[in-house]
Amino acid sequence: MSGLAESAWPCHDWTMTHPTHPHNHPREHEHEHNHDHDHDHGSELSEAAIRVRALETVLLAKGYVNADALDLIVETYETKIGPRCGAQVVARAWVDEDYKARLLADGTAAVAELSFSGRQGEHLQVVENTEGVHNMVVCTLCSCYPWTVLGLPPVWYKSAPYRSRAVLEPRAVLADFGVTLPADKTVRVWDSTAEMRYLVLPQRPAGTEGWTEAQLAELVTRDSMIGTGVPKAVPSQAPGAAGIAGASA
Amino acid sequence: MNGPQDLGGMMGFGPVCPEPNEPVFHGEWEKRALAITLASAALGEWNLDMGRHARESLPPHVYLGVSYYEIWTRALAHMLDERGLVTAQEVQQAQMLVQPVPTKKPAATASQLQAALAAGSPYDRKVNHPARFAVGDVVRTRVMHPATHTRLPRYARGKTGKVVAVHGAFVFPDTHAHGLGEQPQWCYGLRFGGAELWGEDADPTLQVMVDCWEPYLLEAAA
Repeated sequence: MSGLAESAWPCHDWTMTHPTHPHNHPREHEHEHNHDHDHDHGSELSEAAIRVRALETVLLAKGYVNADALDLIVETYETKIGPRCGAQVVARAWVDEDYKARLLADGTAAVAELSFSGRQGEHLQVVENTEGVHNMVVCTLCSCYPWTVLGLPPVWYKSAPYRSRAVLEPRAVLADFGVTLPADKTVRVWDSTAEMRYLVLPQRPAGTEGWTEAQLAELVTRDSMIGTGVPKAVPSQAPGAAGIAGASA
Repeated sequence: MNGPQDLGGMMGFGPVCPEPNEPVFHGEWEKRALAITLASAALGEWNLDMGRHARESLPPHVYLGVSYYEIWTRALAHMLDERGLVTAQEVQQAQMLVQPVPTKKPAATASQLQAALAAGSPYDRKVNHPARFAVGDVVRTRVMHPATHTRLPRYARGKTGKVVAVHGAFVFPDTHAHGLGEQPQWCYGLRFGGAELWGEDADPTLQVMVDCWEPYLLEAAA
């Protein structure tokens, strides 16, 4: 990774608006500086939050949206749909070869067997990590992500560092996640440019023979299904049933 | 369009910084941003590709300087204003100033929205013409720079790759984003070698998979 990229914005907070043209407008800079500190974490509402509140107020007043429908959307993605859905899919594929074959052949239909379906999962493709290939998913053009199995994307997935670098230097990106792959392993990066949504099927960790689906699902992280992580390690000091109990903590 | 959304291969944005135990939402406003974006889309006044085009049409210095939910809501405000549904002045004053106008669909109820989210909106379509390419074909992407919406990223233009999947015919974003109809086209999964995209210094183990509609593709020169 080049020194330029490292020094440009070390860990910029991509949930926030950051100052534009700070050097050309000293007065604005001062304002933006203060603003940045208060931004959505203090008592002052950010410009973005004010705009959202205004939009919601007018949309409701004009009858273009219903308040209970808005609440339902939030509740759905905050509490019902998330990466635990995908973890169940992965765990099922790890224990059931037939299911895995169906999953790789038609992801949409196979996850529907577990009752996961809907928006941003209409055309789901599952890609399998193997000894020779590591898969990683990105959307360089926007934020396409398999909502039905992973929920809403994390901030980093939608942010410029990930979207710009994943297709160019995926190993450097993986290093940001603390992941190092064997030098000769193929790194296959899936850019979600069309309506296909990609889910990575990570490799089943060694030492999990005899584990139940529920126990295995505990090892499956969100990032391991995006391809920027690997499943949680199995505690090596505790084989058998004790290991299982430790792993599901 | 060669807009700020087309980020693949750009440099200088710094490291990827995953947030430990990231919450689904960072504050109440992100929840409301998601909710009004999805609920407004249910009015049928714009489609998915028009929404994407509205976002990528934000000025680059804005797009690259704000959070993703802010990109969404700025684009939403623009689309609502453009259609006379919510004016910029109404947003500024946070109150209704002009009477509502009829929309293609009425405001969705909670149960209607729940059903719509659960059903999704498939974008594959039946077409009568056969696919021009098959798995295993070597194809070349077009060099093109439309000022309008397209889903062929700059880094993958004018490049030679192999067809690894024929996904079926899908709504064509390049027309759909501009009110020119769905005009479904065959869509393919293409595999590009790292060196083909980035040159000799590329990671030799890199493969990049890009989904491309047929109009983006040419037969590779023999």
